[in-house]
Amino acid sequence: MAVRPRYHIAVFLAPAVLVYTAVMIWPLFNTLRLSLYTQGAAGHVFAGLRNFQTLFGDPHWADAFWNALANNVWFFVIHMAVQNPIGIGLAAILSHPRLRFATFYRSAIFIPTILSFVIVGFAWKLILSPIWGIAPSMLDAVGLKSLYAPWLGKEDYALTTLALISVWQFVGIPMMLIYAALLAIPEGVLEAGEIDGITGWAAFWRIKLPLVLPSIGIISILTFVGNFNAFDLIYAAQGALAGPDFSTDILGTFLYRTFFGFQLQLGDPHMGAAIATAMFAIILTGVCLYLFLIQTRLRRYQF
Amino acid sequence: MNRARSSRLNTVAAHAALLAWTAIALFPVFVILINSFKTRRAIFAEPLSLPSEASFSMVGYRTVMAQGDFLLYFQNSLIVTVGSLAFTLLFGAMAAFALSEYRFRGNMLLGLYLALGIMIPIRIGTVAILELMVQTGLVNTLFALILVYTAQGLPLAVFILSEFMRQVSDDLKNAGRIDGMSEYAIFVRLVLPLVRPAMATVAVFNMIPIWNDLWFPLILAPGEATKTLTLGSQVFIGQFVTDWNAVLSALSLAILPALVLYVLFSRQLIRGITSGAVK
Repeated sequence: MAVRPRYHIAVFLAPAVLVYTAVMIWPLFNTLRLSLYTQGAAGHVFAGLRNFQTLFGDPHWADAFWNALANNVWFFVIHMAVQNPIGIGLAAILSHPRLRFATFYRSAIFIPTILSFVIVGFAWKLILSPIWGIAPSMLDAVGLKSLYAPWLGKEDYALTTLALISVWQFVGIPMMLIYAALLAIPEGVLEAGEIDGITGWAAFWRIKLPLVLPSIGIISILTFVGNFNAFDLIYAAQGALAGPDFSTDILGTFLYRTFFGFQLQLGDPHMGAAIATAMFAIILTGVCLYLFLIQTRLRRYQF
Repeated sequence: MNRARSSRLNTVAAHAALLAWTAIALFPVFVILINSFKTRRAIFAEPLSLPSEASFSMVGYRTVMAQGDFLLYFQNSLIVTVGSLAFTLLFGAMAAFALSEYRFRGNMLLGLYLALGIMIPIRIGTVAILELMVQTGLVNTLFALILVYTAQGLPLAVFILSEFMRQVSDDLKNAGRIDGMSEYAIFVRLVLPLVRPAMATVAVFNMIPIWNDLWFPLILAPGEATKTLTLGSQVFIGQFVTDWNAVLSALSLAILPALVLYVLFSRQLIRGITSGAVK
C-alpha cells in the first residue's frame, strides 16, 4: 500500500499544541528566564542570580519569603490533618450500602466546593465578624462565649481560621474521590473478610483503608499543588496585604504583591518571576517526590 | 446488645454525623441568602430568623442593580466560560484523536509533553503571560482569558479523551475508511458522537474553576467592560463594605448562578468524579 500523505495528523494536533505551547509552556519558561533579569533603563538587563540573592539574602525580602513559605506549609498541614480525615470519614459513612438519602447528603455537602473563593471568603468574614455577632451569639447559646475572638483579625488565629474555611469549602473533593474508591471495592473481598470475622471498624481499618490508599495519595498531591498556588481566598478575605501584619501571607499573595506592587512599593516583574520560580521549584519537588517515592510504593490492587 | 439494635444505633449515628456536616456546609449560604432579603435593622437584630413581613426588604438588591453592572459581569463570565470550554473540547478532542488513533514518531513524547500541564499550575507563568498579552494587545479582552483557560484545560482534556478514544472500535473506523470517508469525517461523524459522555465530564470539570477564578481576571482583564462575575462581585463588595444590605445581596447574586449550574450538572459532575475519570 502506498503511503498516504498524513498531513491530517498535524492538522489534528496543531491547535492544541500551539495554544498549549504559546500560552502555557512558553510563558512558564519565559518566567523562569525573566527571573534572571532586572529592569534597566532600556528594558531587561541580564542579572544572573542577583534576584535570588536579594530574595534569600536581603533580610527584608528573605523575612517576607520565609514567612510566606512557613504560612503556606501550615496552610497545607491543616488541610492534610483536617480536610482529609473528615473527607474519608464522610465517605465511609456514605458508602454504607443501605444508607438512605445518600444522594441528598452527597450533593449538599459538595455545594461549598462549587462556590467561588470570593463568596466563601466574604460569607465567612461576615459570619465571624464581631459587628454582626452571629458567631459570638451562637457560641453564647451553647455557653461557650468566652471562646469567641475576632479570629480573622488576630495574628495568632487568622491563618488557621482561613485554612479551616478552605477545608470547609473543599472537603467535598476527598469525600467524593474516597467514596468512589470505596464503592469500587468488590463485595467479594469484604465477604471474604467477614468469613474471617473482620467486620465493622476492623473491616474499615484493615481492608477498606489500605485499598483506598492510592486515592488518598492522589488527593494529597492535588491538595499540595492547590495549596502552594492558592491566592484567591486570602485575597478575598484579607486583601493583598494578607493581614493582620502579613500573618496570612502565602506564596500566592506574596507573588501578587511583588509583581503588582502595593501602596508605596512599585511592582517588580523580575522579583515576581523569581518568586514564581521558587514556587515552581517547590511544586515540582513535591510532584516528583510523590511520583517517584510514594506512588511507586503504593500497591494498586487489580480486581 | 443484640445485633439489630446495634445496627439501628449505627444508622442513627451515621445520619447524625451526615446531618451535622450538611448543616455546617449549608449554614453560611443559608444565612447570606435569608439576610439579603431583610432590612438593615433586622439583619443585625435577628440574623438567624427568616425574613418576615415586617423585616422584608429588597433595598440591597436595588443598590446592587443601580450601582454594579452585574448583568454585564454575568455575560462576561458566560462568554469566557463557554468560549474556553468550546475551545478546550474541540482542540482537546482533535489532539486526543491524533494521539490515540495514529502511530507516528514522537507520539509518546508529545503525549507526555501535553500531560505536563496536569500537575504544573499555569499561574506560575503569570508574569510572562501578562507580558505576552501586553505585546499582543490582548490585555483587557475576554479573548485573553479564553486563551489562558483553554491552555489550562487542554492537558487534562487530552488525557481523559484519549483514554476514551482508545476504546472506540477499530472496525467502525476502518469501515468508514473503506466507504471512502476522510479522516476528518471519521473524527467528526464516527468518533466524536461516541465520546460525548467523556466530553461532558471534561466540560463539567473545567467549568467550575473557570467560572470561579479570580487570579487571571484580576491580572489580565480588570477593566470595567471585561470584569467577570467573580471579579465584579469582589470589587463591588470591597467598595460597599459598610453597606450590609448591598454586600449580602451581591453575595447572593453571585451564589445563584453557581447553584443553578450545580443543580443542572450535578449528576454529570458526580458521575464524572465517581467513575474515576480523575486519576
